[in-house]
Amino acid sequence: MFFKPGILALFLSSLLISGMVLYASFTGALILRYWDIKSGSETQLRLERKTYLISTILGYVLVFQLFSLFLFIYTADALHPFFTGAMCAVGSLNVNQWGFPLVVLKIITFLLAGLWLIINFADNQGYDYPLIKVKYLLLLVLAPLILAETIMQAKYFLGLRPEVITSCCGSVFSGDTAGVAAEIVSLPRASMEVVFYAAMLGTLALGMAFYRRDRMGYGFSAAILLTFLIAIAAFISFISIYFYELPTHHCPFCILQKEYGYIGYCLYLLLLVGGVAGMGVGVLMPFRQIPSLKETLPSMQRRLALTSIISYLLFTAIATYQIIFSNLKM
Amino acid sequence: MIKAIDKQRYILDFTLSSLWRRKGKNLALVLVYTLVVFVLGSVMFFTQALKNEAALVLRGSPEIIVQKMVAGRHDLIPVSHGAQIGKIRGVKAVKARFWGYYYDPGAQANYTLMVPEDLPLKDQEIIVGAGISRVRRLFRGSSIVFRTYDGKPATFFIKGVLSPDSELLSSDLILISVPGFTRVFGVPPDRATDLTVQVANRKEIPTIAAKIVDALPDTRAITREEILRTYDAVFDWRGGIMIAILAGAVLAFLIFAWDKAAGLSAEEKREIGILKAIGWETADVLEMKFWEGLVVSLSSFFLGIILAYGHIFYASATLFEPVLKGWAVLYPEFRLTPFISGYQIAILFFFTVIPYTVATIIPSWRAATIDPDAVMRT
Repeated sequence: MFFKPGILALFLSSLLISGMVLYASFTGALILRYWDIKSGSETQLRLERKTYLISTILGYVLVFQLFSLFLFIYTADALHPFFTGAMCAVGSLNVNQWGFPLVVLKIITFLLAGLWLIINFADNQGYDYPLIKVKYLLLLVLAPLILAETIMQAKYFLGLRPEVITSCCGSVFSGDTAGVAAEIVSLPRASMEVVFYAAMLGTLALGMAFYRRDRMGYGFSAAILLTFLIAIAAFISFISIYFYELPTHHCPFCILQKEYGYIGYCLYLLLLVGGVAGMGVGVLMPFRQIPSLKETLPSMQRRLALTSIISYLLFTAIATYQIIFSNLKM
Repeated sequence: MIKAIDKQRYILDFTLSSLWRRKGKNLALVLVYTLVVFVLGSVMFFTQALKNEAALVLRGSPEIIVQKMVAGRHDLIPVSHGAQIGKIRGVKAVKARFWGYYYDPGAQANYTLMVPEDLPLKDQEIIVGAGISRVRRLFRGSSIVFRTYDGKPATFFIKGVLSPDSELLSSDLILISVPGFTRVFGVPPDRATDLTVQVANRKEIPTIAAKIVDALPDTRAITREEILRTYDAVFDWRGGIMIAILAGAVLAFLIFAWDKAAGLSAEEKREIGILKAIGWETADVLEMKFWEGLVVSLSSFFLGIILAYGHIFYASATLFEPVLKGWAVLYPEFRLTPFISGYQIAILFFFTVIPYTVATIIPSWRAATIDPDAVMRT
């Protein structure tokens, strides 16, 4: 099982990412310990130079992390013929207990890495490294998660025993079995539709309030996170069926397949980008009073808010378009 | 926004001209990089193409094959078993198959003899595959003599040659009539090589296979999915092993890339020093290095992929055919159906571009943090 090119590639990238993050957090710890902006010592100078290296490394980590998230799901999907009863990624992720937690962890690390880059960008706007301690503390939070992800991924792939009978997506994401996924599906469709559109409209309103009048930054950010979760639930609950044109098919992974024109990549990317940008607004809120950031931070937050609103709107537009013009009429 | 794009354009512009100024060094890098992508890409395209061929072939194969086992070995199956299987609900049809291998000392090769299901042949007529026709110079109307199981000669006339299009499958194939088959191999009249079972509903295949094994404990039932899965696993495994072996080459390439990126010439150092002296910031130099990496990586990556594609699908994978395909005397001559997917490209990207990028981060940063006055003074 192990010697599949896709699995080897994922292993390689996990190892590289872990190595980079370990190195970065080691340097980060040094910075947290010895950083003194007022000093002109050799150590301080070296640390200031190192911050460039760390930003570069983390920038690449984020991009690789995004690639590997999609490669992972695609590989899980490609593995399904090896497991009797599995019909798509859901089946192969269900083969052992590591599959689904791994996907969730990958999404969390992606979001955190995105937030880190936003803080880093804000930090670079000020001449006196105003957010340096915050960003390296966040890095120390991110690093263990990425390491855990690497280990979990190894456990998942090494624990794959082909031929195990697993439940296919038809039975996990259908109404009559137990579990979180099944509960999402069995939520009444009408109320889920209301919740989804209400959440999107609410987020949009908060976003506009923030963009135009610079108010409710925290509220907007919280709404973005909440809507992120609601959108995923809504996708499983009622949006998916219009894409598959099958009232019983709720799988969140099948949409990544060729049959649906790879539209799933576009949808998930919009959600992820919107989520990172919107949460970034909230993360930056506490730093608006810092003298060296006073000028630049609000406009940067506005741009983030705009990016996030546009991404969510596009997501909603594509979903709504499909709901209206799908051959499936409910 | 426009300003930011313009800035990146100028940096890219500068990067391209600076790459061109050091053609020798950069072309050497691109060459090695392309070679690495080419080799890995060839392995991946080749295994995928073989998997596709197998899948195409198996699409037409029977849903279940039932074979009799004696002492753990495949044995001839009583034709009467077929009637029993036919009674299982959901079975559409059961057919007896006759096939076997015949060693021909003249060609020093094994032929596959098979009785076709729906092609009536007279007792002494056979149809041969293109490979046999080539090796034994057999054409329509000529004859061939087989040595039967009891040592007697049996003459057969060639009714036709199979089309070379199906050569991957039929290179060593001989189609023969049931009486002819019985005469060559001496198979008892109530026995067949195995039975094929057609199932109307795909979803019932595993259940029916289980019922067959239950009703006839001395048999094994092989489903089409199982065969397909096994082919997939075997080809993937071969490809994976090749890639693991090639990891050494990738590592060597990474060391080479690191070395190239770290070993800045005095002239390059001066250049970066001057850039910084006239107002470039560390971040700008890092951006320049990013574009440099992107240009080198993408050119080599796509060049390598195009070459690998040509190698596999137009030059029939000349370089490592014997390793990945296996070998035989009557080896079919065939051209693989071109196939390439985003997934393969993504994997290839993970094997080459990502490690390359990682290997050059630290050298780029070192170059970008050069002290302008220190460089210009030397």
